[in-house]
Amino acid sequence: MRYVDEFRDPELITKAAEEIRRLADPARHYRIMEVCGGHTHAIYRFGLKDILPENIDLIHGPGCPVCVLPMGRIDDGLSIAKESNRIFAAFGDMMRVPGAHGSPLEHKARGVDVRIVYSPADALQMARKNPDKEVIFFAIGFETTAPSTALTLMAAKAEDIRNFSVFCNHVTIIPAIRAILDSPDMRLDGFIGPGHVSTVIGCRPYEWIAKTEGKPVVTSGFEPLDLLQSIVMLLRQLESGQAKVENQYKRVVPWEGNRAALQAMAETMELRPYFEWRGLGFISQSALRIREKYSHWDAERRYPVPETRVTDPKSAQCGEVLKGVLKPHQCKLFGKECTPEHPIGALMVSAEGSCAAYYNYEHRKSLVTEIASVA
Amino acid sequence: MEGLFAPFLLSGAEGQLADAARVEVNGTPIAFTTDSFVVRPLQFPGGSIGELAINGTVNDLAVSGARPAALAVTFVLEEGLSSSVLEAEVRAMRKALARAGVPIVAGDTKVVERGKADGMYITTAGIGTPIPGVQIDARNVRPGDKVLLSGPVGDHGITILLAREELDLEADLTSDTRPVLPLVEALAAEAAPGLVWMRDPTRGGVATALNELARDCGLCAEISEEEIMIRDEVRGACELLGLDPLHIANEGQFLAVVSPEYAQIALNALQLAEGGKDARMIGEICEQPASTVVVHTRYRGSRIVDMLVGDPLPRIC
Repeated sequence: MRYVDEFRDPELITKAAEEIRRLADPARHYRIMEVCGGHTHAIYRFGLKDILPENIDLIHGPGCPVCVLPMGRIDDGLSIAKESNRIFAAFGDMMRVPGAHGSPLEHKARGVDVRIVYSPADALQMARKNPDKEVIFFAIGFETTAPSTALTLMAAKAEDIRNFSVFCNHVTIIPAIRAILDSPDMRLDGFIGPGHVSTVIGCRPYEWIAKTEGKPVVTSGFEPLDLLQSIVMLLRQLESGQAKVENQYKRVVPWEGNRAALQAMAETMELRPYFEWRGLGFISQSALRIREKYSHWDAERRYPVPETRVTDPKSAQCGEVLKGVLKPHQCKLFGKECTPEHPIGALMVSAEGSCAAYYNYEHRKSLVTEIASVA
Repeated sequence: MEGLFAPFLLSGAEGQLADAARVEVNGTPIAFTTDSFVVRPLQFPGGSIGELAINGTVNDLAVSGARPAALAVTFVLEEGLSSSVLEAEVRAMRKALARAGVPIVAGDTKVVERGKADGMYITTAGIGTPIPGVQIDARNVRPGDKVLLSGPVGDHGITILLAREELDLEADLTSDTRPVLPLVEALAAEAAPGLVWMRDPTRGGVATALNELARDCGLCAEISEEEIMIRDEVRGACELLGLDPLHIANEGQFLAVVSPEYAQIALNALQLAEGGKDARMIGEICEQPASTVVVHTRYRGSRIVDMLVGDPLPRIC
């Protein structure tokens, strides 16, 4: 399969792994954050931790939109959808994410009309086909998915489709990285920059991380070879004492980003003054809302929103895990009260969340190692 | 099933949660199973609900080590279902029955109001007699035993997903629905003494079937990603939708665990049988990590694969 197989070539992967071993200074401990949840998922899925030297720690960052969404937003969205005659449309990612009163799938079981869509355009199509129903699209994601929501809003306005609206939860990646870097207990050597987000925003927005914070950033693809190559590029920078932004994912990411996508976002959305992130708290100017001129298609303006606030239990240490201070299994709740079937903290919620990925792919393996090391 | 039905409704039957139960009637051992079929759309490339309903129950009996003897069928029809659709399904069932060499001996039909069923639901039940020399029991699985898989995975589940036309995706792919009985017979004929366990990886795919095995035997199923055949069409769709092919349903494959001394004989028997050329030895049983399925990637990495919880949901954001 093109664009996949060549980046999963075992021989090239072995070579890249050898290069990483050669570059990594045994006297040093490297802490590299992969910002994007897709990277976290790929690292576990391909078992990359097994082939990296032990002194390279991959810290899983905040780039899982489902994980960082506060529970109250799910409750708010579902409370709008509960009224009769309404259809709640969302990505498959959202379906098992629990609100305080249950997940979208549980609401579906209780009779709420919840449907999975593969793109916001499908939700708009649903509105065209069901003129007697009101379709609410639960929009989620970083700059990766925001442009498709934007284009759908523009199409809804152009065609004047009145029975469609968007409950907007789009967030932006840069403020989250800044929040992590500003945290006093933060210790990182460099970043594997998000791949899909960068197809939209390009590489320029990361330059301050290199210039001001002195940390190298390499924008990376999602195949095993992409990730290993990005680590090689980071190690080379660290070896030579450099800090710059590099683009490993050139086959997809243009340095300047995607102007048309950014324009569509700017046309339809604006920054919120502040937004709550699960695990990180309130971050100013970190999320998008729909502009006034699209107010008819903004579910938050159109329907009463209860503004539910649900605080995570104090014992959940999501923030520390998100910032890389703790490993997933070092949280007090990990694998006990908090599991993928019964997530308590944000990061256990989605398959891309670091706790869920760790639990699914790594957890029991590490138990075996622990048993072996005790023996 | 395990949380509610098993504790309240199941008792006495040996191997209650296998694909078919063993019961004794006047000292004669009989395998007994039932399954309901709900699928949308009713017809899809490579098959239809009627064919699935026959093959599904035939396969449940076969992987329990039984030769199907007779089936019973119940139709739940939605008011307004066109008679041509129904007739097409009945014809498809007759063909599948002939292919598997088993008769339907009893049946029932119910009609429900419009909007109360997706066109039609079919339930089949079947009994079978043990294939001589075959004893299927996860508790007899031992470290060192080999895991065999009869062919490529994911064809059925991805075919259905694409046939729903909710995705703007097309692929030249057909469901793998077929009776696995001839393959099971071929395997048993050559390697019955070494055959310890079988399962058809339907809903939840290979990952779920192997997790059930790992749980039931308390050991680890270690499989090699490289040995699992996945068609490019299936891989492509899974890559796009963020699905794991190991979680995708199959309707014409089965997994077998065979003791090491019979493993090669069993593989040869499968590969020589009609429809078995793509059979592979995909892994083996180990002690640790207990009750776990570990997949070795092509790059000396490994990961744990869990059961599928609920339906496979595509990841987008």
